[in-house]
Amino acid sequence: MTDPLVLPAPADAAERFRPPVSAASEPFWDATRELRLVLQWCRSCERPVHFPREACPACLGTDLDFRPATGRGTVHAVTVIPTPANPTMAGRGPYAVALVELAEGVRLLTNVIVDDPASVAVGDAVIVAWEPLTDGRHLPVFVPEP
Amino acid sequence: MSPDGPTGLRGRAAIVGVADAVSPTGRLEGSTRALEVQVIREALDDAGLAITDVDAVCSNLTNGWAASLELAEYLGISPRWTDSTQTGGSSFEIHVQHAAAAIALGLCEVAVIVYAATPYSNLKRGGAGFGSRQGSPGPTPAAEWELPYGNRMPVGAYALAASRHRHEFGTTSEQLARIAVDTRRWATMNPRARHREPITIDDVLASPVVASPLHKLDCCLVTDGAGAVVLTSAARARDLRKAPALVLGTGTSHTHAMISQMPDLTTTGAAVSGPLAFAAAGLSPADVDVIELYDSFTITVLLLLEDLGFCPKGEGGPFVAEGVLGPGGALPANTTGGGLAYTHPGMFGIFLLVEAVRQLRGECGDRQVPGAEVALAHGSGGVLSAMSTVILGTEATA
Repeated sequence: MTDPLVLPAPADAAERFRPPVSAASEPFWDATRELRLVLQWCRSCERPVHFPREACPACLGTDLDFRPATGRGTVHAVTVIPTPANPTMAGRGPYAVALVELAEGVRLLTNVIVDDPASVAVGDAVIVAWEPLTDGRHLPVFVPEP
Repeated sequence: MSPDGPTGLRGRAAIVGVADAVSPTGRLEGSTRALEVQVIREALDDAGLAITDVDAVCSNLTNGWAASLELAEYLGISPRWTDSTQTGGSSFEIHVQHAAAAIALGLCEVAVIVYAATPYSNLKRGGAGFGSRQGSPGPTPAAEWELPYGNRMPVGAYALAASRHRHEFGTTSEQLARIAVDTRRWATMNPRARHREPITIDDVLASPVVASPLHKLDCCLVTDGAGAVVLTSAARARDLRKAPALVLGTGTSHTHAMISQMPDLTTTGAAVSGPLAFAAAGLSPADVDVIELYDSFTITVLLLLEDLGFCPKGEGGPFVAEGVLGPGGALPANTTGGGLAYTHPGMFGIFLLVEAVRQLRGECGDRQVPGAEVALAHGSGGVLSAMSTVILGTEATA
């Protein structure tokens, strides 16, 4: 197990939009303070749920818990934004926005952080990395698997 | 009078399960979503039904943008009938009316109507009080799970679908560009179109990338605009001034609210709404003379052509590359010039209906499709989220 990778934002980048925390997702965000990626699971169906909810979207059961995620996945789809239209992304240059499918089967919207975003391709193997947020949490992003 | 009463609806639908959540203290624990799920589960239990039986939802309030889409996404269901009608305190009576009619017509079978709000607790927390859900705690899922990553919206969502389509089926930027080129050819024949000069595939590919693989000329316009349609009964329509465009069939399906929750990036709810509409009309894609498909982006048209059955899944690229969509083609599409070249004031769905009716009336001048008897208009809402298909026909098709 390698140490979690922390990737500070570029020095001249604007502060990212800081994600709010819903009641059901507090354990997810709390874990990011310790650089741990967790996923919500339904204990009745034994399937992962993302985004975290107060009920399982397969059975509506409320017996849910959070478990460590592998942090490994593949790029399911990707787009490169050449010019940030969003002021919270200013100073980042071209960047890749991707849907990453985790080994557990759920998909997360995220960024794949690489020098050349145009090189990110569907099917690439990626692992989670962490960009610090100003409130002590970390935002999960992904980098190519070494 | 019909035995089913003046509306034809009497006795055709029933309320079969109920539940409520109250507290002697006036306060309930949990978020509004948690409360909604609780009473839905209890009402389904009361009826002896499961969430998997539910194919229709009614919800009137949201702190996001689309009440019934967000509720269905949260519940993990893909309804084929939906109602976010918001009229204040009478909303739920109206939902019953709508749902009963829809059920009588066979549009859906099991509809859930739900409402939850915590104004007392909100006031205790210093938030907004009576009648407000906006004051409830709880961010939107999009703010929590998508906004931090800076996708350029809405185009970035469609770019992800195009990325996946390219990966699975080899669809090229040239093929997508052909849609913009053929749509522009229609616009050259429409004196009211925003952009009338012809373009080439090279023009599209040379325009700036907005969100790869989509270029500027793959994207709809931003314009002002307005539209309206009026409906009445077929019997009444015969006495009016113009030939009626009969509603032969309709279908609806929504599959997600956020792009990251789309079950399959290359298959939209049109794969459900289209067959529903064709079945209701007793027609097949081969019977359609002219199509008006929501062209927010070129990829939208490609996905809709496949999902509505005009070509097999994955073959949209080669299909459009032959030029079938343009003037003189086998499948005239977006004959105004579409959202890509005619107009696009944020939402384009009304214009699809207006043009379909004009084509059936033969009012379209240079761009008229000769002998158009059956027209299909298909709207797409959100980010490939909510799909609705309407098939219209002349009286000869009745």
